[in-house]
Amino acid sequence: MSRINDVGGMVGFPAVLEEPDEPPFHADWEAHVLALNAALIRRGVYNLDEFRDAIERMPPADYLAASYYERWFAAITTLLAAKGVATAAELAGQEGLPTAADPVAPSDLADD
Amino acid sequence: MSGDHGSAAIAGRVRHVEALLEQRGLLDDGEIDRRIDEFLAGGSPINGARIVVRAWLDAGFHDRLLADANATIREVGLSMAGGLQEQRLKVVANNEQEHNVVVCTLCSCYPIALLGPSPSWYKSEAYRSRVVRDPRGVLHEFGLKLPADTRISVWDASAESRYMVVPRRPTGTDGFSESELVGLVTRKGLIGTAAV
Repeated sequence: MSRINDVGGMVGFPAVLEEPDEPPFHADWEAHVLALNAALIRRGVYNLDEFRDAIERMPPADYLAASYYERWFAAITTLLAAKGVATAAELAGQEGLPTAADPVAPSDLADD
Repeated sequence: MSGDHGSAAIAGRVRHVEALLEQRGLLDDGEIDRRIDEFLAGGSPINGARIVVRAWLDAGFHDRLLADANATIREVGLSMAGGLQEQRLKVVANNEQEHNVVVCTLCSCYPIALLGPSPSWYKSEAYRSRVVRDPRGVLHEFGLKLPADTRISVWDASAESRYMVVPRRPTGTDGFSESELVGLVTRKGLIGTAAV
């Protein structure tokens, strides 16, 4: 049984697009995701094979819609939840720790 | 997919997970920046170019390189052990009859510790799916038109095995210095999607 990442020989994908002089990362968060993954593997939170597996078992539609480092981040959060480091809700910022990108408006808090 | 809004949203989510891991003692202060700096200072296509040029200039090195790349690149002070785990490196050389090209159909396996980050196209489904089915056509799209009788070998990298190509030395470079030769070798040449 092949998974969605096993695209060798699959038909229907378009011509290869080259980006001249492309930078190593297209946004700071991509570099952070790479470093985060290295840090967690070095600490033994999970290993490289578990990381690959977590990417490869993404739901096919999610896999194809995600960029390269979006897949990495999805795999990291999947594994952190599976290993019991944090709950999915904590990782998504739904409990405590509001994120800068996802601020909780004071009016929302007042409604509770 | 990821316009400015999407990019800002995921940047926030990444920062949030980092903060959570710092709180739980799984990430040291400043560790992310240190690891990014290490990564960017690590591999580079120049390393591959140095290996290729040594192989062009030294037939003994060339043969040892093709027989055992991991041991032989240590002769020029390089190693495959700089990443998370040492991977096997196999080096394949182009010649008049055969051209080699590297892919990772399953994802993005590439000798990063040696050559630095791979280009985005290498990681694209378009390249991964098509270069194994129609290598000649894909190489043509890269502007590399090989004679019809040149055999093309496609090497599919895996979690444990990485590949690098030794391009053919361009004609008319007899008088070139070693550093001039190094300057001719491109990242695409090391992958096999360019002649050199």
